[in-house]
Amino acid sequence: MGLTGLEIYKQLPKKNCGECGTPTCLAFAMALAAGKGALETCPYVTDEARENLASASAPPIKAIKFGNESVLGDETVLFRHDKTFYHPTTLLIKVSDKLTDSEIEAKVQEIEGLEFDRVGLHYSIDGIAVVNESSDQDRFSQVVEKVASATSRSLMVLSENPDALKAAVPGIASRKPLIGPATFENYEAVVNFAKEQKVPVILKADGLDALNELVESAQKLGYKEFVLDPGSRSTSQTLANLTHLRRLAIKKKYRPFGYPVIAFTGKNEPLDEIAEASVYVAKYASAIVLKTSIKAHILPLMALRQNLYTDPQKPIQVEPTLHVIGDVNENSPVYVTTNFSLTYYSVEGEVESSKIPSYILPIDTDGTSVLTAYAAGKFEPEKIADALAASGVAEKVNHRNLIIPGAVAVISGKLQEKSSWKVVVGPRESSGIISFVRTMQG
Amino acid sequence: MPITLVKEKYQSKVGQVIIGATPDQGGTRTKVIVAGGDSALPFLHFEGKVENRPVIAMEVTDIIPPWNDVIKEQFGDVLDNPIAWAKKCVEEYNADMIYLKLIGANPDGENRSPEDCARIVKEVLGAVGVPLVVVGCEDSDKDNEVMAAVAEAAAGENLLIGLAEQDNYKSITAAAMVHKHNVIARSPLDINICKQLNILISEMGLPLNRIVIDPMIGGLGYGIEYAYSIMERARLGALANDKMLSMPMICTVGYEANRAKEANALAEEFPGWGELQDRSILWETLTATALLQVGASILLMRNPAAVRLVQQNIADLMEANA
Ligand code: B12
Ligand code: SF4
Repeated sequence: MGLTGLEIYKQLPKKNCGECGTPTCLAFAMALAAGKGALETCPYVTDEARENLASASAPPIKAIKFGNESVLGDETVLFRHDKTFYHPTTLLIKVSDKLTDSEIEAKVQEIEGLEFDRVGLHYSIDGIAVVNESSDQDRFSQVVEKVASATSRSLMVLSENPDALKAAVPGIASRKPLIGPATFENYEAVVNFAKEQKVPVILKADGLDALNELVESAQKLGYKEFVLDPGSRSTSQTLANLTHLRRLAIKKKYRPFGYPVIAFTGKNEPLDEIAEASVYVAKYASAIVLKTSIKAHILPLMALRQNLYTDPQKPIQVEPTLHVIGDVNENSPVYVTTNFSLTYYSVEGEVESSKIPSYILPIDTDGTSVLTAYAAGKFEPEKIADALAASGVAEKVNHRNLIIPGAVAVISGKLQEKSSWKVVVGPRESSGIISFVRTMQG
Repeated sequence: MPITLVKEKYQSKVGQVIIGATPDQGGTRTKVIVAGGDSALPFLHFEGKVENRPVIAMEVTDIIPPWNDVIKEQFGDVLDNPIAWAKKCVEEYNADMIYLKLIGANPDGENRSPEDCARIVKEVLGAVGVPLVVVGCEDSDKDNEVMAAVAEAAAGENLLIGLAEQDNYKSITAAAMVHKHNVIARSPLDINICKQLNILISEMGLPLNRIVIDPMIGGLGYGIEYAYSIMERARLGALANDKMLSMPMICTVGYEANRAKEANALAEEFPGWGELQDRSILWETLTATALLQVGASILLMRNPAAVRLVQQNIADLMEANA
C-alpha cells in the first residue's frame, strides 16, 4: 500500500547529506513514494525506521502461503468493482480421523477426482483438511500420514490438542500444511510449534473481541503467519464476521485483523452446505472447509468462485486466430464467433460434440459476447471479412460457407458481399449447433 | 478491550414496492408482498434494518415449458395447466408470488390473443391468493397489446408487470398507470441505462415506488459476475440516496441459470461434471444465493428443489447478526 512522501520522510534521518543520490531527505522520500529508488540507498536509515516503513507499506491483508501453492489473503478491496479480488477462495474438504481406513481411502479418492473442465478453464480442488475428531492422537497421526501420501494437494491439519499436532505435523512439515487451531487454551504451545515448524497457523476464538485479544497475544510470540477463524458456524453471523474483519483490515488498516480468514460450514446436508458456502465465497472468506466432496456439488461452487474472482477490467479471452477442432479436411465447416472465452467455448463445446471436424474463427472483439460486440461495433461485416481473409482458411477448405451466430443474422447480407463467402445463419444458441450442422450436411 | 467495528451509516435506503392488493385494498389477494426497504447492505443486520426478506416468485408458463426432466418431474402432471401449476407452487413449495409468463402469445408460437392471455391471468388470480408478476412473450409489439389487456382485466390487483425497456416502455407504463400496477424496468447490465429508463418511466407519471429494476442478470458460469457487480453498485447507489437507483431489484434466476449447459447436460455426456440432478439444482440455487448477496429482492425461480434451498438460505441470513 502506498505511503505518502511525508509519511516516509518522517522516518528518514534528515541529514540531507545527499549520499542517496538525491540532494535532500525530503526529495528522497518523494522519490520512494513515487516508487522510484530503494530505501537501501540511504546508508543511515535505522532498523526501526526500516521496520516501520515495511509494515506501513505492507498490504492490508497479509498473504499467507501454504501447501501446494495455496495463497490466502492479500486482498485490497471490499467490492470487486473497486478493482478486483485476487486470490480465489481456497476450498478444502474435511476428512475426519474418525473414519475407517477404507472410508478414508474412498473419500480421498473422491476428492482427488475433483478436477473439472468447463468453458476452457480447469478447476481443481485445493486441498484436504484432516480433522482430529477421534481424540486419539496416534490415530490422528496415522490418518494425516495416510492422507498426505495419497494426495499432493494442500493440507490442513486440525486438532485442538497441541500434542496431537506435535505428533502429526513434523512428518509432513515440508509440505507446509496450515495447522491449528490455536485457541486461548493452547495458543502458546501451538503458535510456538507452528513457528518452529515454519508453518502457518489458524487462530480461533469466539467472536471478534476475543479474536482480537488472541491475535495480539499470539503476535507477542514473534510470529505472524496467521489465518483467522472468528468461530461462528451460522450463515448470518459468519457473513457479519467476515464483513467486519474485511472492513477493519481494508478501511481501518487494523493490523491485528490484517490476516486472511477461514470459514467452516455449519450445515450438514450437502446442498444446504453449498448454498451456505456460496455466501462465504461471495463475502470475503479466504478459505472454506467443506464436508461434501461430490462432483455435482463442488462444480457449481467452483464456477461461482471463478466468476467472482475474474478481473472486471479484463474478460477472459481466447486467441483470435483460426482454431482447429478435430481431424479437419477440405469439407470441414467454418464457424465464426467472438474471442470472449465464454462465447468461444460455448461454441467449441458444441462443435466438438457434433463430431464433425471443423474450423472456428473467433473475431477479436476485446473479449465481448456476440451481441455485446455487435452493439459496440466490434463484430462488423468488414472486420469479420478481413479476419476471414487473414486466417487463411480459404486455402484449407474447398467450400465457401461461413456459419455465423443466429443472434447476428442481420449482418449476413453485408458480410456475404464483403467476404464473397456464402453466409449461413446458424442457430441463436450454441446448443442448437449439433442438430443444425447435421441437417446442413444432409 | 472491545474493538470498534466499522458500521456504515447510509444516507438513504432502498425504496419499497408493494405488490398485490387485498380485498379492502381493491384486489383479491390474501396477502401482499413488500419488496425493498433495506437500510443496509444485504443481511448486515448489525448496521441497519433489513426491512423485508427477499422473496421468491415461481415461474409458471401458459404453454408446456421446454425444461429439463430434473425440473419437470418434480411438478408431475400440472405443467399443461397454469392454474394447477400455480396452485402447486404456492401450496406445496410456498412460493411467495407467481411469475406468470404468457409465452403462448408469441406470434411465432401459439399466437394466443390478448383476451385469452387476460383470461389466463384472471384464472390464476382466482386459483391462488399470492400476488402475481406477469410478463409477455418476448415480442415487444405483441406484448404491448397483451399487457394492456392483462392490466385492464386485473385492475385493482396491483400486479408487477413487464417488461419496460429503453426503446419500449411507454405502453406498458401507461397500462400500469391507468390500472394501478407496478412495472419491471429492464436494462442490460448498465447503471446509466437503468437510471435513464427509471427517469423516462417516472417522467410519464408513474411513481418511483411502482418500479422494480431488472438488471438482466447472467446465470452462474455465464456472466453472473457482471450482474453481481452492477447490482452491488446499484445497491450502494440506493443507499447513497440515488433515487433513480433506489428501486428493489428482480432477477430472472430460473431462466438464466437453466440456460447453462451445466444445468442440463447428463452425466453420461459430461462425466467430469458429476450427476445432473444435484448439479442442476445447485446451478439455479447458487445463481440466486450469489445475487442475494448483492441486493436481489425478488427472485424469479423454476426448480422447486432450488426454491427450497434458497428459502432456507434466506431464512438463515435473516437471523440477526452482530
Ligand atoms: C454481460 C453483458 C455485457 C457485459 C459484457 C460481457 C462480455 N464480456 O461480453 C457488459 C456489461 C460490459 C456489456 C456491455 C454492453 N452491452 Co451487453 N450484455 C450482456 C448480456 C447480459 C450477456 C452477454 C453474454 O455474456 N452472453 C453469454 C454469451 C456466451 O453469449 P453469446 O456471445 O451471445 O454466445 C451465445 C450465442 O450467441 C451462441 N453463439 C456464439 N457464437 C456463435 C457462433 C455460431 C456460428 C453459432 C451458431 C452460435 C454462436 O452461443 C452462445 C451460447 O448460446 C447481454 C444480454 C443477455 N442476457 O444476453 C447484454 C447485451 C448483449 N448487451 C447489449 C448492449 C447494448 C451492450 C452495450 C452496447 C450497452 C450497454 N448495455 O452498456 C455495452 C457495450 C460495451 C462495449 N463497448 O464493449 C445488448 C445488445 C443489444 C443488441 N441486440 O444489439 C444486450 C443483448 C442486452 C439487451 N437486450 O439490450 N454487456
Ligand atoms: S542518504 Fe539518507 S540521510 Fe542522506 S539525504 Fe539521502 S535520505 Fe537523507
